[in-house]
Amino acid sequence: MIEIKDLHAKVEGREILKGLNLTINPGEIHAIMGPNGAGKSTLSAVLAGREGYEVTGGSVTFEGQDLLDMEVEERACAGLMLAFQYPVEIPGVKNVYLLKAALNAQRKARGEPEIEAPAFMQLVREKLKFMKMDNSFLHRAVNEGFSGGEKKRNEILQMLVLEPKLAILDEIDSGLDIDALKVVAEGVNSLRAANRSILMITHYQRLLDYIVPDFIHVLADGQIIKSGDKSLALELEEKGYDWLLEGTA
Amino acid sequence: MASEEMEQLVRKEYKQGFVTDIESDTLPPGLDEGVIRHISAMKKEPEWLLEWRLEAFRHWQTMQDPQAWAHLSYPKIDYQAISYYSAPGAKNKDAPKSLDEVDPKLLETFEKLGIPLHERAALAGVAVDAVFDSVSVGTTFKAKLAEAGVIFCSISEALQEHPELVRQYLGTVVPPTDNYYAALNSAVFTDGSFVFVPKDVTCPMELSTYFRINAANTGQFERTLIICEERAQVSYLEGCTAPMRDENQLHAAVVELVALDDAYIKYSTVQNWYPGDEEGKGGIYNFVTKRGDCRGDRAKISWTQVETGSAITWKYPSCVLRGKDSVGEFYSVAVTNNFQQADTGTKMIHLGEGSRSTIISKGISAGRSNQSYRGLVKILPGAKNARNFTQCDSLLLGDKCGAHTFPYQEIGNASAQVEHEATTSKIGEDQLFYCMQRGISEEDAVNMIVNGFCKDVFKELPMEFAVEAEALLNVTLEGAVG
Repeated sequence: MIEIKDLHAKVEGREILKGLNLTINPGEIHAIMGPNGAGKSTLSAVLAGREGYEVTGGSVTFEGQDLLDMEVEERACAGLMLAFQYPVEIPGVKNVYLLKAALNAQRKARGEPEIEAPAFMQLVREKLKFMKMDNSFLHRAVNEGFSGGEKKRNEILQMLVLEPKLAILDEIDSGLDIDALKVVAEGVNSLRAANRSILMITHYQRLLDYIVPDFIHVLADGQIIKSGDKSLALELEEKGYDWLLEGTA
Repeated sequence: MASEEMEQLVRKEYKQGFVTDIESDTLPPGLDEGVIRHISAMKKEPEWLLEWRLEAFRHWQTMQDPQAWAHLSYPKIDYQAISYYSAPGAKNKDAPKSLDEVDPKLLETFEKLGIPLHERAALAGVAVDAVFDSVSVGTTFKAKLAEAGVIFCSISEALQEHPELVRQYLGTVVPPTDNYYAALNSAVFTDGSFVFVPKDVTCPMELSTYFRINAANTGQFERTLIICEERAQVSYLEGCTAPMRDENQLHAAVVELVALDDAYIKYSTVQNWYPGDEEGKGGIYNFVTKRGDCRGDRAKISWTQVETGSAITWKYPSCVLRGKDSVGEFYSVAVTNNFQQADTGTKMIHLGEGSRSTIISKGISAGRSNQSYRGLVKILPGAKNARNFTQCDSLLLGDKCGAHTFPYQEIGNASAQVEHEATTSKIGEDQLFYCMQRGISEEDAVNMIVNGFCKDVFKELPMEFAVEAEALLNVTLEGAVG
């Protein structure tokens, strides 16, 4: 699905990623954990193609294509989708309008016709119900006045509608109470499929109780310093990151 | 996104910039009493109007150009270099009596602008008065409106057919001495629209005037007068465009609205004058005085404007809320790009007890443009329990443009409630990135965000025009994605 090789990236002149390697195969769920400032959010921004993040070395291949050579919207249309840590408010633009515009832009990129309105509404209503969201969400402005939990649910709703090949979840658990976390996790778990991969970025082990990953990686100082299966999370929970960091110092 | 890219993104194309090649009868440039007498004679005006014009002219000569206070910069205008009258058609030829006699070239021009004047092809439910340079070339659906008792014609025609009505109301809302450009307009106005809706009549269709400046070195000075008697209602829309020319052209209009008891006038503007090129060359100087007088109790006047054109815009559609419980509204979207400048806003003058006003202003600046909101809310001592709500939001695209807010409040009665909210934001790189990360192109994302920002105002426009306004905004911000 995606192959990241020796990735180096700078933000405001400072090197944050220092030779990161990661391969995710179709159907796998990976979690990246690590202390604050390790470069977790930088990684998601670089993969999505955000302005201000300068790649200084390495390569990223996504579905056989050179990801770093693609525009932001091309990456999105190719199936890479980022659930934002802080979803953005867009006053005056209805949620349903953004969803439809996004779906149709992606369909167009794939050479498919625009979705018919009734089919679209049926699809959206079904996904809303799954995310335990009211129909009124569709007619509210994008994320405007949404609570933290509503914003995160809205991100997952978009994923259920847009069906990306690679879903990147940036701190999807931050600011969620336990009930909201369960709904979000259920949404993510429903995305699991043989041809879809998920990359979770999180600070807390708690999320991994609800969305169980196949692999866990520890990111520190711009590199992955340890990888393992889900049992690594428990070890981190118990010992913290320090025992790993000592070796790299 | 880098700011050069943002600039490219908002690069503008002006699709109405063509010139109609037509013979015209144009006065040589220059302004003195002789010119005014000439205009008045040509239009076979009554004596009182000539006197009125001359008085305005004499007063104008004593006045100072508002350049002194407006947040605008432009070279001093040479009023002697402008022609004050230009009419399509050969000299010494009578004006066409009906649409059938109108020069096909003129009909074609308006057709090209999307304003078919043949009633068969005309937009259903909208009557149009088309003004080309200094004269009205035709008005549609006149007969149908007359059946309902509504008078809709050019002001020249109204002066011939209904002189007493015009005399009763002309200059009573915007006196000739009101300001520099109102005085100039009063002296030299050549045409414009006249609407009269009698008591208890709701005008059966939308009325609209389309202004087109074509001739070079010509000023357009139109005068619009709309009167709604007791319990009458009308919705009126004006649109305007001009060819692309390197010289600046002057447009100084006066619009007066009078609403008697329980009357309602809704006045919408889609202003798309030529804004000048990317280097700031050419474009229309748009110096306009618009004012509505809620003369009767519970009268309501609502201004909605979408301003995308002109090199310089200087206008403050205002309401004088004289009647008890009268209502004034102002909804505005102004877009400036390249080197455009706009100093615009409104005045709400509360005299009546319980009068209420709402101001919602949305300013979008791009390129190197500068935009100011200037608004006055004045509550006079007699206006017990008056209320005002003002919301004024600015959106900046790129980092070379500016937005300024000058709110003035003069509160003379302690029972008044006045609220003012203002925000300035840069078009969020976060918002753009968010939309693009969902697969939406940069250009579509900008349009989506800007349209969302303007939603509160667009929803006040008549349906047909809301769509037009949205499309216009998209054209204005159209351009290559960097």
